[in-house]
Amino acid sequence: MKKNWWKILSAALLVYTLLGGLLFAVPRLNIVNETIRALYFHVPMWFAMVFMFIASTYYAILYLRKPVITYDTYSISFATVGLVLGLLGIVTGMIWANYTWGSPWHGDPKQNGAAIALLVYFAYFILRGSITNQEQKARLSAAYNVFAFAAMIPLIFIIPRMTSSMHPGSDGNPGFNTYDLDNKMRLVFYPAVVGWILMGTWIATLLIRIELVKEKIEELEDEQTR
Amino acid sequence: MNKLAKLITLFGLNLLCFSATAQDAEMADAMRANGKIYVVVAIVLAILLGVIGYLVSIDLKVGKLEKRLRDKK
Repeated sequence: MKKNWWKILSAALLVYTLLGGLLFAVPRLNIVNETIRALYFHVPMWFAMVFMFIASTYYAILYLRKPVITYDTYSISFATVGLVLGLLGIVTGMIWANYTWGSPWHGDPKQNGAAIALLVYFAYFILRGSITNQEQKARLSAAYNVFAFAAMIPLIFIIPRMTSSMHPGSDGNPGFNTYDLDNKMRLVFYPAVVGWILMGTWIATLLIRIELVKEKIEELEDEQTR
Repeated sequence: MNKLAKLITLFGLNLLCFSATAQDAEMADAMRANGKIYVVVAIVLAILLGVIGYLVSIDLKVGKLEKRLRDKK
């Protein structure tokens, strides 16, 4: 139980986010109206995704330094959860854009950048799926992982801020200052980010543990056949 | 002051802030006034708790598999 405190924290933070996100007061702004609450649920997807990809790249670099297959298992698991969170980010963004910008896909620099970044990560999974040799798969995908991460940073964080973007928080603006005028929203937003990062990590650890169990079973089977 | 009291105070203060804000942009005030927003909150909360519960059960199942493997060695 002692080792699982962060899982309980993650569940508690997400329940708090949901209650606070739907019930607490938000700035009364035209056009966005109540959809401002999407910030509590949509933006944490991206924060958590970036965190998952950082973890994935970290283990990819560890693998390149020392080819231990466990590092590869960690790397792929974090990337998988990151991709799922990114897809949820795109979908939630499109729902919001449909009602505030007028169409789900507006070709906004941030939207396009995020989509390209996700495609770059899709290629990571395609690359893995196309190689059968386990060591080769781990080594090549680890190298590609570092490249994918390096491509994602400018696509999501830099390019959208250099051009004019309708996306809140862009336009050379480092945060969501226009939205968080009264700081009240931060009270829900930051716990949401921490909650989703912990939840993502929890799911990633489950994927890792299942994979490690599988590897151990295969080892045992190899011993029996010998 | 214990944690629970702090949390309740936090909730209360936020609700206070809500009632005090200016009424310029159109918001879902009616839904809050007649309390129907709590129906939505209850539904989404039920789904979130269900998903978290499912995650816990998967976690426990993996734990059991790990234990079986450890015992085998």
